[in-house]
Amino acid sequence: MEYLKKYPKLFQWLFLLIVFFALCFAIDVPETYKFIRGQAEFVKDPNQSVYFFLGKEVRYYAFDVFWRLPPLLGWLPIWINDSLFFLMNEWMPMEFWNEDTQEFKTRPLLLEISRNLTSFMTFLIELIREILLGGLETIVAFTSWDFIDAYPWLELPGLPWTIVAAGAALLSYKLSGKGLALFAGLTMIYISIFGQWKPSMQTLSFILVAAPLSFIFGLGLGIAAYKSKRVEKALYPILLVMQTMPQYAVLVPALVLFGVGDHAAVIITMVVAVPPMILLTILGLRAIPPEVIEAGRMSGCTNWQLMFKVLIPTARRDILIGVNQVIMVCFSMAVISAFIGAKGLGFNLLLALNQLNIGLALEAGLCISLIAILLDKMSLAWANKQTDYFGNLTFFQRNKNVIFFAASFVIGIILAYVGTFIFKGSFNYLFEIPHNKGISTADFWNKGVDWIFDTFFVYIKAFNTWLIQDVLQPMRALYLRMPAVATLVLAVGAGYLIGGVRSALVVAALTLFIALSPWWDRALVTLYMATFGVVISCLIGFTVGTLCFQNKKSAAFMLGVCDIFQTFPSFVYLIPVMMLFGITDTSVLIAVIVYATIPATRYTIEGLRSVPVGLHEAATMSGVNKFQRLTKIEFPLAFPHMMLGLNQTIVFALFMVIIGAFIGTEDLGQYILKALSDKNGAGIGLTLGICVAFIGLIFDNLIRTWVGKRKKHLGID
Amino acid sequence: MSETVIKCESVYKIFGENAKKMLEESNGNVDAKTFQERGCIVGVNNASFEVAKGEMLVVMGLSGSGKSTLLRCISRLTDATGGKIFIEGQDLLELNNKELIELRRNKMGMVFQSFALLPHKTVVENIAFPLQIKGTNTEESISRAMEMVKLVGLDGRENYFPRELSGGQQQRVGIARSLAVEPDIWFLDEPFSALDPLIRKEMQDEFLRLQEKLQKTIMFITHDFDEALKLADRIAIMKDGIIEQLDTPANIVLNPATEYVRKFTEEVPREKVLIIEDVMDASSKDNLGDLKVSKDEIIENVAEKILTQEKLVGVVDSNNNIVGSIKPSKIIDTVFGGRKNGS
Repeated sequence: MEYLKKYPKLFQWLFLLIVFFALCFAIDVPETYKFIRGQAEFVKDPNQSVYFFLGKEVRYYAFDVFWRLPPLLGWLPIWINDSLFFLMNEWMPMEFWNEDTQEFKTRPLLLEISRNLTSFMTFLIELIREILLGGLETIVAFTSWDFIDAYPWLELPGLPWTIVAAGAALLSYKLSGKGLALFAGLTMIYISIFGQWKPSMQTLSFILVAAPLSFIFGLGLGIAAYKSKRVEKALYPILLVMQTMPQYAVLVPALVLFGVGDHAAVIITMVVAVPPMILLTILGLRAIPPEVIEAGRMSGCTNWQLMFKVLIPTARRDILIGVNQVIMVCFSMAVISAFIGAKGLGFNLLLALNQLNIGLALEAGLCISLIAILLDKMSLAWANKQTDYFGNLTFFQRNKNVIFFAASFVIGIILAYVGTFIFKGSFNYLFEIPHNKGISTADFWNKGVDWIFDTFFVYIKAFNTWLIQDVLQPMRALYLRMPAVATLVLAVGAGYLIGGVRSALVVAALTLFIALSPWWDRALVTLYMATFGVVISCLIGFTVGTLCFQNKKSAAFMLGVCDIFQTFPSFVYLIPVMMLFGITDTSVLIAVIVYATIPATRYTIEGLRSVPVGLHEAATMSGVNKFQRLTKIEFPLAFPHMMLGLNQTIVFALFMVIIGAFIGTEDLGQYILKALSDKNGAGIGLTLGICVAFIGLIFDNLIRTWVGKRKKHLGID
Repeated sequence: MSETVIKCESVYKIFGENAKKMLEESNGNVDAKTFQERGCIVGVNNASFEVAKGEMLVVMGLSGSGKSTLLRCISRLTDATGGKIFIEGQDLLELNNKELIELRRNKMGMVFQSFALLPHKTVVENIAFPLQIKGTNTEESISRAMEMVKLVGLDGRENYFPRELSGGQQQRVGIARSLAVEPDIWFLDEPFSALDPLIRKEMQDEFLRLQEKLQKTIMFITHDFDEALKLADRIAIMKDGIIEQLDTPANIVLNPATEYVRKFTEEVPREKVLIIEDVMDASSKDNLGDLKVSKDEIIENVAEKILTQEKLVGVVDSNNNIVGSIKPSKIIDTVFGGRKNGS
């Protein structure tokens, strides 16, 4: 009894678990139940039940409602599909002037909007692409200007790589200094001599359109939400869902709306990159001290001046984190959108993945990482730049960067011209090093992996078999054994214990959505993989983070490593594990663990760092040793922040589990991948994406509520 | 007194949803408790006063007394719930947004407790900010800002960022910024409260020096009674949104209007605050001794001289005319008198 009074929460949790397991044992597995491996809609199984809703026919296998709820939301994907089709092809037909045929044509409004939007995006991308890689087709196509046809020598030859490299270095020098200039130069040279120039420039042109547009939209919407409570309320749920939605589920509906290609990729990237930008803009603006705003007002700022000269610069720190996020998302989307036909490094990566060519994938992946880091650093330097008012500079000093660029431009062209003589009949290496004609270390890496495989084959195989047969399969079976009702009780109970009625209701609604969708089994498999990945990732991340924290230098080093790994395209992780462990759950899980360990480590270090110095001193003065300080002071205080890391770990893990469908899994991701190639996939893809997002949101809600309470309790903010 | 610059007539500021309606219902008789029960918080309660040109009014009160809210009503950073505020005869609450911005750009300057400097701008950029907002071109605004840098003694640090400066230096930047547009009215919201005692004293002296030179109309907010006595022409003491007493420092020290005000005056070293004129007897000018003192002398400075006299000491004005007299025992009364019995 005394224990009961002392730890009431503990007993409430115990009680919840007992109820959950009792329900699990009480509800038997129906004899007819089996995991549905594939889905063939056209086969009509007489054992299936049918119902009609909103004129849609939904077929499903009926079980005891305690075991599996009937898919009452089964009509949703079909309905989304039909609505999309209707909107795109039949809704609001209007007369539009057609330039080519010189006559009015009737077209649905949305289709016309989508077409105009895509052609605008295409124009922007192609314009930048042609400046970097040559050609004037865009301008010709958009102006119907057949001047070039008559005079082909006017055709723009594109910039030699030497000029772009010099330009990047000079710009970096102007923005930041020698260090960044060196980094920029080396990055460009690496890209060039490894023969990645063309795809890199294609990716770059895509990013140079997507990132600024995402930034502008994110900032604009963030400001709107800051100014008006109503806008914020309307945006908030969308932002939440988008944060946990696997990026790759957004592809499917976008495919229907905008078709295939770079332009569609830009639009999807914006859809994914804008939400974090909005959130960080709001966060930054909210954190501004009220006196700064008053100082701005008293200086006689108009609303416009107040926003752009006072508020945004003051909130710069958070807004810059937003820019960083935008750039990261853009690069990860640059890879993912290769699925819908975007050109560039992502496409090469996908090819390498298909051929299991780890070396090529590594090289392309490194290009992406390097460009991402370079752009990130440049944007940071640009934002931190200050003007010097008292410099009494000569004309040369004032314009030296422009002069240097002009000089390198001329030199670059001369070099390229000279190159035409040196490399007569072959490729002009001083102009552009063609794809796969540069240096490549691919063979080395491939052979390395082959060697590992040959040498350790027996052990790998034994380990793999053990893991799958003795750990993963039983775990998966256990998860699938969870009856829907028991799971609901567990989720709602946890919600109630952590956050009261409100949390319980939110969690109940989210769980119910998944339970009523046709993919409950799949969601359970996703959950099993994510759980396994998260547990291992947290163990590793927590240990590594704690160890690295003991020393300032190693902590900083580890955070740097986290940065690189995070920008590194997640696909690349898939290749070596796939080669070593084959098409199994092990491969997916290893990739998940590699990816999800990043936030676990990062947040552990940051959490431990955030413990106030005063407390350290107080602890030292009370005579604790290092271990005691860690367990008694640092962990309890850092724990809330570390839990936020757990939250991120879950999101990362879910994201990678879904990508793992590319290797071959039997979870929600498999269906998302299928929906990509299905002409009626939009509804299914979107609903599946929402299901995944909701799994993430359930944990997000619980963890955030808990962290909020805990932080209040500890008095830290 | 010369012309009135700031004039408040029954200004109220009440926070809460139905504040306006409740104020109308109460007929100007606001009781903080009843308002609080109905979910409203009274910030400023029936404040009426005037500030003359070149005068420094110090508003003194503890935290939560509504002094900062009052200042924000007068600078219209928040809108008053009721009452009227006139700035140079213009009804402040009638101004539209554009006129208000014009007013702030040309007539008002404000200094903040936490300095409120823009973190991304250097010292000189911060000071030039109000000018650039007005549309002054870069060259002119920077050169004007450099003058201000010199005025507050920050030469050589003009290209530092606020984070690289000490608190006192940061507040110098804040002061320079508020003066950059040459405002007539100067608001200071606890400008020295965040500073160390020594720096605070130094800044107060500096501030008096500046005011001597600039002769602005000032509203100065503080929670430090000594600071108020040192700087003010007149002091307004606030409690729970109500102005308890508004008078010259001497009158507040000698005749506290309420028990609350008296508590503040108890510990005040009167010999350092009062001048001879405050305690002299203007009616008796006969039977004077040889010693004569100026009426503007602070008691502390002449106390020793007066106490050695046996006869009445004559008090003279600046033209050496006798305006009154003072008994040596009066000095002892003044310095030690009020404290024994608490009257």
